[in-house]
Amino acid sequence: MESIKDMLLLLVGSSLVSNVVLSQFLGLCPFLGVSRKIKTAAGMGFAVIFVITLASAVAGVMYRFILVPFDLTYLQTIVFILVIAALVQFVEMFLRKAVPSLYQALGVYLPLITTNCAVLGVAVSNVQKNYGIGTGILNGLGTAIGFTIAIVILAGIREKMEYNDSVPGPFKGMPIVLLTAGLMAIAFWGFSGIL
Amino acid sequence: MNKCFERLYNGLIKENPTFVLTLGMCPTLAVTTSAINGLGMGLTTAAVLALSNLFISLLRKVIPDKVRIPAFIVIVASFVTMVQLLLEAYLPSLNASLGIYIPLIVVNCIILGRAESFAYHNPAIVSLFDGIGMGLGFTVALTLLGMFREFIGSGSFFGIQVFPEDYGVTIFVLAPGAFFVLAFLVAIQNAIKAKLAAKGKDVSKIGSGCGAGCSRCADKEFCNKAMNSYKTSKKELKERRGEDDGKY
Repeated sequence: MESIKDMLLLLVGSSLVSNVVLSQFLGLCPFLGVSRKIKTAAGMGFAVIFVITLASAVAGVMYRFILVPFDLTYLQTIVFILVIAALVQFVEMFLRKAVPSLYQALGVYLPLITTNCAVLGVAVSNVQKNYGIGTGILNGLGTAIGFTIAIVILAGIREKMEYNDSVPGPFKGMPIVLLTAGLMAIAFWGFSGIL
Repeated sequence: MNKCFERLYNGLIKENPTFVLTLGMCPTLAVTTSAINGLGMGLTTAAVLALSNLFISLLRKVIPDKVRIPAFIVIVASFVTMVQLLLEAYLPSLNASLGIYIPLIVVNCIILGRAESFAYHNPAIVSLFDGIGMGLGFTVALTLLGMFREFIGSGSFFGIQVFPEDYGVTIFVLAPGAFFVLAFLVAIQNAIKAKLAAKGKDVSKIGSGCGAGCSRCADKEFCNKAMNSYKTSKKELKERRGEDDGKY
């Protein structure tokens, strides 16, 4: 991490260019499941930003200071998934006690996030790309912001689509949402030109 | 022996994880850019699924009910690590092209779903065959989708050029193509489902996974329960299963 410019490039790259759902297909279940209303989509998005940023920090620290010194890097998958599961539980308990207002806003989404492959995906890809702890956190933040942007846009489109009766029978429901996601993926493909 | 064959048939056709249940869509969309990748990912997942099913079934009387989900995750993650190390050693090119999706097999909902709904309640050999059947069903589906996308997108069949690449619809091997293929797959499922329902057949299993979104996801209850509390007792679990039998 050399300059502000590199940081910005990393943020844009991880949020828009290689968008976590639209080009890497991670976190599809919440993307399709919780995108019916803009309000819930935004709630889910913020919960994901919170958890992924925290998880990439904790996973980065675990990797750098425990797995690497003891030569246990082959255990990364097991360690990361357990750390993430424990972390989400802990965050839920902590928020419930300490910041009830935030818990009210994000609480219902937290349990859904552990099984979200985006969280584990970011932790693993930070390691595979040899990112340091700071860069890893930034990559996590960018990825999560990308998820939030994608899910909020999809929710906006779906709210409009609800009043459209001209969708052919078999395409009603999920297929038309997937086609929409495909068109969004084409649009996001265009961002690869800016890097 | 009959039971074992029944499990194979069940996984390959009757409850095919991709075509019937639409489970585990993240890896399905991500790695089916070519037939070889689909086949590789399918076989890797099948190996993990069969082994984890066998071990979870062998350990089902030892694993306390309250911590079964973390226990399953540790068992699955161990096998994924082993398979990943083997791939790194013997098939480095496949390992490179599947990349991050190999460690992500841990969170594949097919594996935890089978562990929770089948292996934890059934004897070892039948569970092993259940894992093999489901794994092969997944492999066949991924290979077919990969073949389709590779053929339409780049004009080749398992890497052999059939028609010039310039005539291919490149978007099918890119990310958006995956969404389009899945959209048509689910639409076909919906059409078949409507036909079968008109004939009065049971269609509750068709498309009950990710394709239907979280609201009808077969693992929804499992996902929520897994994280909300580890406290569900075996009795509760059986009661719940009794109510919506076959939903998993």
